[in-house]
Amino acid sequence: MFRFSKPALAQAIFLAAALAAASPARALDDFGLGRAATPDEVKAWDIDVRPDFAGLPKGSGTVSDGETVWEGKCAVCHGTFGESNKVFSPLIGGVTKDDVKSGHVAALKRPDYPGRTTFMKVATVSTLFDYIRRAMPWNAPKSLSNDQVYAVLAYMLNLSEIVPDDFVLNEQTIRDVQKMMPNRNGMIYDHAMWPSTAFSGKKVKPDTHAKVCMKNCKDKVEVASSLPEYALSSHGNIADQNRHVGQVRGQTTGPSAADSAAKKHPAAELADTSGCLACHAVDTKLVGPSYKDVAEKYKGQDVSGLLFKKIREGGEGAWGDVAMPPMTDIKDDDLKTLVAWILKGAPSK
Amino acid sequence: MRRRSEIDPEAMARAANPARIRKAPENFLGAEEIAAVSGGRRDFLRGAFAAAAALGAGAAAAQDAPKGDEMILKPQSWATTLGQPVAATPYGMPSKYEGGLIRRQSPGLTQVAGASVSFMPLQGMFGIITPSGLHFERHHQGWYDIDPNKHRFMINGSTPEFVKKAKVYTLDDLMRFPSVSRMHFIECGANTGMEWGNVAVPTVQYTHGMLSCSEYTGVPLRTLLEDCGVDWKKAKFVLAEGGDGSAMTRTIPIELVASGEVIVAYGMNGEMLRPENGYPLRLVVPGVQGVSWVKWLRRIEVGDKPWATKDEAVHYIDLMPDGQHRQYTSIHEAKSVITSPSGGQTLLDKGFYNITGLAWSGRGKIARVDVSFDGGINWVEAKLQTPVLSKCLTRFNVAWNWDGKPAILQSRATDETGYVQPGYRMLREVRGTRSIYHNNAIQSWKVVESGDVGNVQVL
Ligand code: HEC
Ligand code: HEC
Repeated sequence: MFRFSKPALAQAIFLAAALAAASPARALDDFGLGRAATPDEVKAWDIDVRPDFAGLPKGSGTVSDGETVWEGKCAVCHGTFGESNKVFSPLIGGVTKDDVKSGHVAALKRPDYPGRTTFMKVATVSTLFDYIRRAMPWNAPKSLSNDQVYAVLAYMLNLSEIVPDDFVLNEQTIRDVQKMMPNRNGMIYDHAMWPSTAFSGKKVKPDTHAKVCMKNCKDKVEVASSLPEYALSSHGNIADQNRHVGQVRGQTTGPSAADSAAKKHPAAELADTSGCLACHAVDTKLVGPSYKDVAEKYKGQDVSGLLFKKIREGGEGAWGDVAMPPMTDIKDDDLKTLVAWILKGAPSK
Repeated sequence: MRRRSEIDPEAMARAANPARIRKAPENFLGAEEIAAVSGGRRDFLRGAFAAAAALGAGAAAAQDAPKGDEMILKPQSWATTLGQPVAATPYGMPSKYEGGLIRRQSPGLTQVAGASVSFMPLQGMFGIITPSGLHFERHHQGWYDIDPNKHRFMINGSTPEFVKKAKVYTLDDLMRFPSVSRMHFIECGANTGMEWGNVAVPTVQYTHGMLSCSEYTGVPLRTLLEDCGVDWKKAKFVLAEGGDGSAMTRTIPIELVASGEVIVAYGMNGEMLRPENGYPLRLVVPGVQGVSWVKWLRRIEVGDKPWATKDEAVHYIDLMPDGQHRQYTSIHEAKSVITSPSGGQTLLDKGFYNITGLAWSGRGKIARVDVSFDGGINWVEAKLQTPVLSKCLTRFNVAWNWDGKPAILQSRATDETGYVQPGYRMLREVRGTRSIYHNNAIQSWKVVESGDVGNVQVL
């Protein structure tokens, strides 16, 4: 049994009453979870730039500064002129002086025109600024200063013949560039695939109007296209991609996976599962050198230890100024196997 | 622990080596039998079995041997020896016989695997839920397995007028909020994109496999915006941003957020999200294409104008025949596909088949699915499997007795708004053939006499 002296009891009652008054039962939608973001935190993450340039940081860059950034940090993947198809589809090309005048890229009308570059499609220059700042270079996103982003964008605009060689891109001149973007008038919004009228300004119905018909819906069946024979094997052996039990089997369209796996060099498999092939190929240069080139370069030299360390710790300079990120996840033994295999010229069998 | 990559090579070799294969109706159909089927001999299954039985009968007369299937008559090792103990595989994996049904890339589709897609093996899936390990992948700058205790989620306004208080939440915070669990499909806007102009790929994995369906658990974004004091009158759009290298951004319709449908999700199919699907946090935007379901979600910004981010200004825009692009096309219109039998498969024999497939719509529930066996001249209504949920895959089934003659199988979905899935002729009349996105045309599978099923386009 608890024993209270009178004053103590009175005090306790008083306290309880005071507590109740100070914190009434909280409403169930007053969660009290999370905390206020600090202004610096918001600034660190809120880097988006809208088409009306809300969010655009101050800064500037010249075409020639941009050329330096491009050659050092972009050209390996996108090509000297932004034309490369090796790592991603071409960024530059396909736009004309007339497009800059009209704001419509004429080549987009031509079914025979091969490919569509970034500059053919993009209507808003803010998109490029925003994206390069947040995501490029692909292997080191968010590493460019604002001035570098302005500069490299100026260079890309110059490669696209939208701005002259002596152009300086900054938070003011970018507004003039918007008026010259080759496909600035190329977007339309009268479709039914946004759930409100926010873009079209009116309620738009879907653009197809199929009906449910059940009997004799047409006279004949027109087969417009079927898979060419050679394409059947383009995706490997389909028998291996189906269950071996049930109402169907997959067709045999190539050698079985078991056969090819047995023939494939185990190190080749290892390079694949270790993520090396995102940047390296055996025969061609991707982001990093081809394995054949590596073997060629170090022929007759004892560099296994050096390469082991280089891959483990990452680094640049041996092949250009794009860095290889540190490859920390791969086991020591596996990495040794890989280095030995690469130095042998990465044989497939 | 057995992983899928450690598929038992012996079992594979047995499957591939016809000499070691016991006759149907056992597990494997060898290359010879497949060839026999393809050559038009479809009766061999029964034939082979009958022959075996007859042989047994002859022998029986002489030696009194039991008659019938060895698999029944002879005790098998799994019935006569001790099996594996519990927790032998602490995280259970599929049977080694299921190793063929995995995510796969389409050769040549993209240049580097870090900005690419892998396709879900629809050809062998049942029901509507995608096993989490088979969920299709689309990454723009590779994927990460982010420490959930280091992940932060921020909500702010484009300017302070849109939310009273910009806030930061940890996973500990988010997982204390009232949660919802809902089943929804997710489809990449480019699903079936390779087929706009003509048939390009052999199987349903590649034609339709940028599609998955899961049960997601998380907090409605509406709840969180209200927790930050959102001004619903001023707010017109929100921006979702990812925490990966691409810092993926997409403009999300405020109407869907306000409806409570958009979820800030951490759970998927009863466990946490898989890293490839955005662990520990992703946005779920039912009915809208996958690119808007931002993975590794780190921030939501509330504003009054769209952002025209890279993936809504350069990609995921629909090229029309006149050279203009439709921008901010987001909602998936009704679509369906027969998953079995489908391209690249072979029917084993004449007779009964359960034609099965999936239908879905970004505008709500599937109302009906019709199936044609003659390329769209005549149709029958398929049975919809329950549950039939809004913005979720719906499984349909229909019976078919194959007479061994050529046939063209098609399915056609109608959703609750009355929208009917179009054929290629109708779709191309408005959109041409050069778009990449939002191809929801009726898919046709041609069955030839050998039983082989192939991908064709019917106008
Ligand atoms: C390591 C290779 C690599 C490097 C280096 C690189 N990029 Fe990229 N870039 C890519 C890939 C891959 C994509 C596609 C990403 C995706 O799919 O979302 C891309 C996309 C782009 C795009 C968008 C194109 C489009 O149509 O979507 C722009 C613009 C771009 N890069 C500019 C740059 C600039 C500027 C630099 C140098 C500062 C640079 N890149 C460096 C690989 C690279
Ligand atoms: C994100 C891209 C990337 C990945 C992933 C990558 N590399 Fe590299 N790698 C590079 C680049 C870039 C270079 C060139 C570095 C330089 O110039 O010094 C390089 C260089 C190399 C070299 C030559 C080093 C030298 O000093 O000559 C070897 C060997 C190599 N990589 C092996 C590997 C292996 C093995 C893996 C997988 C475990 C791997 N790389 C993964 C980008 C990558």
